[in-house]
Amino acid sequence: MSSEVGQRAVPISRAGLAAIGSPVTAEDAVGRGDVPAGSGSGARRSTGRRIGIILLGLIVPALLLLGWHLSTASGFFKPSQLPSPASVLAAAVDLVDRGQLATHILISTQRVVLGFLIGSVLGVVAGAVLGLSRVADILLTPTVGALRAVPSLAWVPLLVLWIGINEDSKVTLITIGAFFPVFTTLYLGLRHVDRNLVEAARAFGVNGLRLLTTVQLPAVVPALFSGLRLALAQSWLFLVAAELIASSMGLGFLLVDSQQNGRVDRILLAIILLAIIGKTTDALLGIAERWAVRRWA
Amino acid sequence: MTAVLAPGTTRTTSKQALGVHFSGLGRSFGAAGSRRAVLRDVSVEVEPGEILAILGTSGCGKSTLLRAAAGLDVPDSGEVLIDGTPVSGIDERCAVAFQEPRLLPWHTLQANVAIGLPKSSSASAGKAKVLELLKLVGLDAFAKHRPREVSGGMAQRTSLARALARNPGVLLLDEPFGALDALTRLRMQDLLLDVHSAQPTTVLLVTHDVDEALQLADRILVLGRDDDGHDDAREGSTITELVTVPGARPRDRNSADLGALRSSLLSLLGVTGH
Repeated sequence: MSSEVGQRAVPISRAGLAAIGSPVTAEDAVGRGDVPAGSGSGARRSTGRRIGIILLGLIVPALLLLGWHLSTASGFFKPSQLPSPASVLAAAVDLVDRGQLATHILISTQRVVLGFLIGSVLGVVAGAVLGLSRVADILLTPTVGALRAVPSLAWVPLLVLWIGINEDSKVTLITIGAFFPVFTTLYLGLRHVDRNLVEAARAFGVNGLRLLTTVQLPAVVPALFSGLRLALAQSWLFLVAAELIASSMGLGFLLVDSQQNGRVDRILLAIILLAIIGKTTDALLGIAERWAVRRWA
Repeated sequence: MTAVLAPGTTRTTSKQALGVHFSGLGRSFGAAGSRRAVLRDVSVEVEPGEILAILGTSGCGKSTLLRAAAGLDVPDSGEVLIDGTPVSGIDERCAVAFQEPRLLPWHTLQANVAIGLPKSSSASAGKAKVLELLKLVGLDAFAKHRPREVSGGMAQRTSLARALARNPGVLLLDEPFGALDALTRLRMQDLLLDVHSAQPTTVLLVTHDVDEALQLADRILVLGRDDDGHDDAREGSTITELVTVPGARPRDRNSADLGALRSSLLSLLGVTGH
């Protein structure tokens, strides 16, 4: 029986049994009736489990916070070396009062989102073209490979000279950072799409753009999403690089400005904010990934 | 598996069954210098509406022959004519079912069958056709299921329905039941005969199962090495036998006529003593 049921996670034994023979009987309806009920309670269980897993994941950060508090409260570290959690919180409140914190966070997030979106779209287009067209692959892959080998910060002087110290140059740098992970994973993924599936679709007259959208892109959705998550992490990396070098706003600017003023509390604040916002955006993308993998894999 | 069609539904929309003519077909594989012939001088005329089984040992070029008819492979010499016109590229008049179901895992069975619809079909007519075919293969209750949620036999029936959605003049079946368990295979064979009587089309059935060929086919073509009596035995398979199977379908699997034919076919395939 198990071979007939295949990888079915929910009970379908009666439906599976009836399915071997035909015509399909009334037992099928009963069997299929089990499915929504089964998957429904499964969803509730998994939601409860997910919350439990999230809570367990917060244990270590809570312990770190406690250790941080104890090490500063006991006088093990001087406040100039490691400010207490309370003073970091106070620094945050102070910046909020001055109306600066929201500006720093929003401008940084905006830069990341813009650069990530533009870079991802370009990465998908380039990955699709080079992954599917043999001619484009032969002509362009060595060049793209060489460009990828350029350490990303090497672009900064050029971008500053060409575009200037403004939003465009920062978003451009982040775009470069987001482009390559998406491009690489899509390009490689498209080369490894099940050839049997492609051939079957071709045998039914599916080709060109329709082949891309019905077979090839859906087949690489899981790979594409791991590329997108890498790209998002790269985007935050490049954001800080861009803002450290030349900016008057943003979390990276807050870092470099606080370093010059000796404000360790603000430096820690910026690092913690980067960790929290980066983790949040990654989690949002993770939700989209789970949905997409369920839909296409 | 008794599939029931609403009177006149499929038959009226079906294209005419088309004749297939293989003319001096030859195909080699491998790099220049170390090319190995797989097929040579394959010439046979398949009548419209006929079921022709192509029998042969593993690796003898059965699938290559079928792929040439489908336009999935280009022969080195000779050509395939369908209804008098040569095959070049993927041919609209053919539909293939492969040994594996090859369904898109992210689509429902219904959407997978719809892939087979001809380009010209309208959305509403196409949907009706898909549902009708799913009913024909006994899967109408599973239209919204994904391939991974159904058994191998059900997936293979879906693959057959996808091929039928094309309204093919020629149905090409590449060992479509080879990977199924014995019981499911027998049911699939009956289903194929039901489908054939409901929607008469020319069927080329590649198989390595002698009994399957005897049960389903009008004629059986045996592919093999023709190296008896020659010193310079040439490479590649060709037609070593082409027999008409006696009796009307469904045939008694235990009849004496078929038993004798089975023995001679098996010995042609190199299996003796059965």
